[in-house]
Amino acid sequence: MKERNLFHTVTIAVIVLWLLLFALIPNIIMFIVSFLEYDSQSFVKAVFTLENYKRFFTGAYFNIFLNSFKVAAIATFLCLIIGYPFAYILARSKSKYKGLLALLVVIPYWTSALIRTYAISYMLAANGLINTILIKIGIIDAPLSLLYTEGAIIFGFVYTLLPFMILPLYATIDKFDFRYIEAAQDLGASKLRTFYHIILPLTSPGIIAGTVLVFLPALGLFYIPSLLGGGKNIMVSNIIQEQFTSNVLQNWPLGSAASVLITVIMGIMIWAYYKSSKSFRTKVL
Amino acid sequence: MKNSKWPWLYIFLVYLFLYLPLIILIIFSFNEASSGTVWKGFSLKWYEKLFNSSALISGLVNSLIVGVSAATLVTIIGTLSAVTLFRFKFFGKNFIMSLLYILIMSPEIIMGISLLLLFKFLSMDLGFQTLLITHITLCLPFVMAVLFTRLANFDVHIIEAAKDLGANELQTFFHIILPSILPAVIAAWILSFTISMDDSICAFFTSGPQFEILPQKIYAMVRTGVKPEVNALSTLIFGASMLIIIIAQIMLRERKR
Repeated sequence: MKERNLFHTVTIAVIVLWLLLFALIPNIIMFIVSFLEYDSQSFVKAVFTLENYKRFFTGAYFNIFLNSFKVAAIATFLCLIIGYPFAYILARSKSKYKGLLALLVVIPYWTSALIRTYAISYMLAANGLINTILIKIGIIDAPLSLLYTEGAIIFGFVYTLLPFMILPLYATIDKFDFRYIEAAQDLGASKLRTFYHIILPLTSPGIIAGTVLVFLPALGLFYIPSLLGGGKNIMVSNIIQEQFTSNVLQNWPLGSAASVLITVIMGIMIWAYYKSSKSFRTKVL
Repeated sequence: MKNSKWPWLYIFLVYLFLYLPLIILIIFSFNEASSGTVWKGFSLKWYEKLFNSSALISGLVNSLIVGVSAATLVTIIGTLSAVTLFRFKFFGKNFIMSLLYILIMSPEIIMGISLLLLFKFLSMDLGFQTLLITHITLCLPFVMAVLFTRLANFDVHIIEAAKDLGANELQTFFHIILPSILPAVIAAWILSFTISMDDSICAFFTSGPQFEILPQKIYAMVRTGVKPEVNALSTLIFGASMLIIIIAQIMLRERKR
């Protein structure tokens, strides 16, 4: 009996201490630092201030913040537009290679996201594939500047995050009972009405899950805007990264405030997801 | 579906979008020319340059060291705690579960900077140790999730039977529980190793200049433009991960038989 207690006490103590020290306390420190003053000597001065948050709601930082949301939202929307028909066709097909085809979506993701971002920059470069083809066909004479634009950043996010949209959609559409469609059509509903009133609401858990899984990483993947946007088009993740890794800026309270804001947004999104999937279950089933 | 060709054309185009950038990267790693997409003939010179690039090789070695250490440690910690959490109800269990849930949802950039603040607060030098702690924390919720899934199908009566026959706690763990959850333990190790090797965000914050891993080296190189030796490296990494997954699939199939 005593031995049993020791074994369990030790394992529980290890996991509890680990989670407290490396998950809970770091976030508390980050939260506290975000309310402290910046000091160029010791990074942080123990004086309470709301200045760090104010900076994100005024002036240049506010624009970057808004722009980050715009870019992440456009990328998420494009993933949905591209991913939904794809997942739908795949889930409805009766092909015996269905599972293999779904696996093919994931294979490119066995290389790191950084390498995939590099691959995109390689393709969009002035002497890259797209420009070479367009010049060969004769559509353009001089290479277009595709790289280092906001479009390139969005392209990079869509490329990197598309499977996170496709897979939850595929999972929900695969479980969808297609007899509902037959029933709707027997009752005289048009294709558009069937889609809008039957298919869309019943697959909404997949849409919301995919949206969360694409939108949140899009706010955090700092190397996509820095490799594809080229310094001109920066996002909130770049501000955070610069405050904590560059040797010049190092305004930790400012970086912490940006991180707290992202965490709050994440919390709201997850809460909304939880609420909607709960109300979905009670309403529909 | 009346005109059934069109949907498949769409599927094909999406696959093309997903694969084309990687295929180009692989093809042009064998190109004689140093940049651009003009084919100047087959060459292995970028592979040669890669093996002579001390920055990339040392980054790869560091990545492997931290990947293997983090995966091994997190699998041990995670397995022991998952089994204990599964078997016993105790005060604070829900608290642990919700912390794990928050950890799995929180973006890597937040985890990276919050841990950096902790390490600075404890005045720890950034390097192998701090990166190891970061990667264990990053992988822990995934290891627990894999093991909980497996343990959900575990028959608790076997443990009672072992106890009745006089097995002590360690014997029960090593002879009864561990063999039956071994596939999940191996899967958790592979998953952790992949997450650690893949991490291109946390490491930027919690690893210092004396211990830089591969993503940091690659990022520093490609920031200034195209580097064909990175193409060569990406091709090798892609090939290696394909190989590992195929081997894992074959092993799983053998086990099922």
